[in-house]
Amino acid sequence: MRREIPLIITAVVGFVYVIQYFIPHYPFNNLNGWFSDWFSIIGACAIWLGALNLMRISFDKVYKKRRDWGYSIIIILSFALIVVIGFGGGRDFRDLGTNFDWLYRFIYTPLSATMFALLAFFVASASYRAFRARNLEASLLLVAAFFVMIGRVPVGDALVTKVAGLISLPIPDAVLPSKIATWIMNYINAAGQRAIMIGIALGIVSTSLRVILGIERAHLGGE
Amino acid sequence: MMKQDLIVYLGVLILALVFYFVITEPVVFSPTVSLILIGIIGLVLLYILIKTIRGQVFGRRTVFLFVGIAVVLPFFMSIRQDIKLSPEVEELYNAVMALQPGSKVLVSLDYDPPSAPELQPMAESFFLLCFRRDLKVIVMGLWPQGPQQAELAIQKILDRPEMASRNIRYGIDYVNLGFQTGNEFVIQRMGGSFRSMFSTDYYGTPYDSLPLVRNITNFNNIDFSFNLSAGYPGTIEWVQVAVDRYGVKLGAGNTAVQAPQVYPYLRAGQLTGLLGGLNGAAEFEKVTGVLGKGTKFMVSQSFSHVIVIAFIIIGNVAYFMGRKQETKKKQ
Repeated sequence: MRREIPLIITAVVGFVYVIQYFIPHYPFNNLNGWFSDWFSIIGACAIWLGALNLMRISFDKVYKKRRDWGYSIIIILSFALIVVIGFGGGRDFRDLGTNFDWLYRFIYTPLSATMFALLAFFVASASYRAFRARNLEASLLLVAAFFVMIGRVPVGDALVTKVAGLISLPIPDAVLPSKIATWIMNYINAAGQRAIMIGIALGIVSTSLRVILGIERAHLGGE
Repeated sequence: MMKQDLIVYLGVLILALVFYFVITEPVVFSPTVSLILIGIIGLVLLYILIKTIRGQVFGRRTVFLFVGIAVVLPFFMSIRQDIKLSPEVEELYNAVMALQPGSKVLVSLDYDPPSAPELQPMAESFFLLCFRRDLKVIVMGLWPQGPQQAELAIQKILDRPEMASRNIRYGIDYVNLGFQTGNEFVIQRMGGSFRSMFSTDYYGTPYDSLPLVRNITNFNNIDFSFNLSAGYPGTIEWVQVAVDRYGVKLGAGNTAVQAPQVYPYLRAGQLTGLLGGLNGAAEFEKVTGVLGKGTKFMVSQSFSHVIVIAFIIIGNVAYFMGRKQETKKKQ
């Protein structure tokens, strides 16, 4: 029964969601509402589960003095600090000017923005080492990347216009980097994205059907 | 390893304290000094190119250093760029301008602080345009931090002197419904009833006590929708559920990483306009007439793009030189 009940729940919920899309009337609309409420409840519980799991792993790391355990102490202290200040602030804990708001604006926001900003360095380093014109396909990708990168910033058009002006060469609007970048995004990129999306959608449909019909049982810890 | 890390963190802290206490006035280079600095960077890049042709290979630390300079230096420069309007930004602007005063606009902020440098300027410009046009704004978020980002953006806009005379009131002119967990299921249920997903607003006020949303049942009562997204759930889910199923008119603002993924929806007419990355934010700031952080940060972005392109060229030169040497050795 430990396996059958989750399989039945998955099948019923899956079929209801498929049917209600085409028949949004009683009883499917009501069932859809109930299941969505349950989804929200499970989602809310998952947030707690995630937080508690993070604490368990961090405490374990500190207790067993595993590699970089010092960072786990920072995680635990930061978690405790934000939870205490958050709960201590009552219902209005997020209002502008509260302690929680201060932590959010001046610690959490800059720290997380810094983590994201590091991406620029890795992208630059990866481009330097990997963007090589090894063959025709790589060269085409390189040319496209060049136009998108230079065309997505105002300096691209400015540079081309300036250089063309120096040698008195008339430049039509259509060959400005910004226009070429827009063309690449609208046609070449859109076509590629569509192909990827159709592929993904077909994959999702087949996997979903396997899950709903109980063929795929990996989510239950099975084979 | 940890000792080294601590030394680096201490160094950064000391540097920050020096900048905070010693250099109290903002440093701005004149255009001439800025151009000289650009020239020096260009010459150093040329030197690296020449050294690469001669067979020397530069490591990733050199790239990191140049990207760092390219991002930081423009903050001290007094350089202006001519930002041109792209068709997708113009389309979004025209769609908002076509709305009658009093129209209801649903804005979903589906991002968190890491994406704020790109998306927050878009949110601020959009709210500013809405309030100027006397549109009624309903804010929500499918990401937990989205509504908090909305609060920051709205507060910044309301602090502007021009907004004081407009007497914009919470609950009547704008409402923040807050975050709801459930990803695309939230959008789907909103198609039936907003109230079922947001029984209270961000501050815990009951839905029916808010004059602006009291009579809003579902998407049929919304005139335009705008989504700011940095991933999942985001624009793609809004298109698939709100646009395709319920016929919502949707505009979007995405990070530069996500924007290419939504171009097919733009081309198919499922999206009414798109702000892509910081450039989209800067363009929208230009069209709304109030230049903010989007425009300011674009100089850094331009510099870093040029630096990356320069290093791609250098990398290719190194690759071809290496291949040439290998062929010679084989012969």
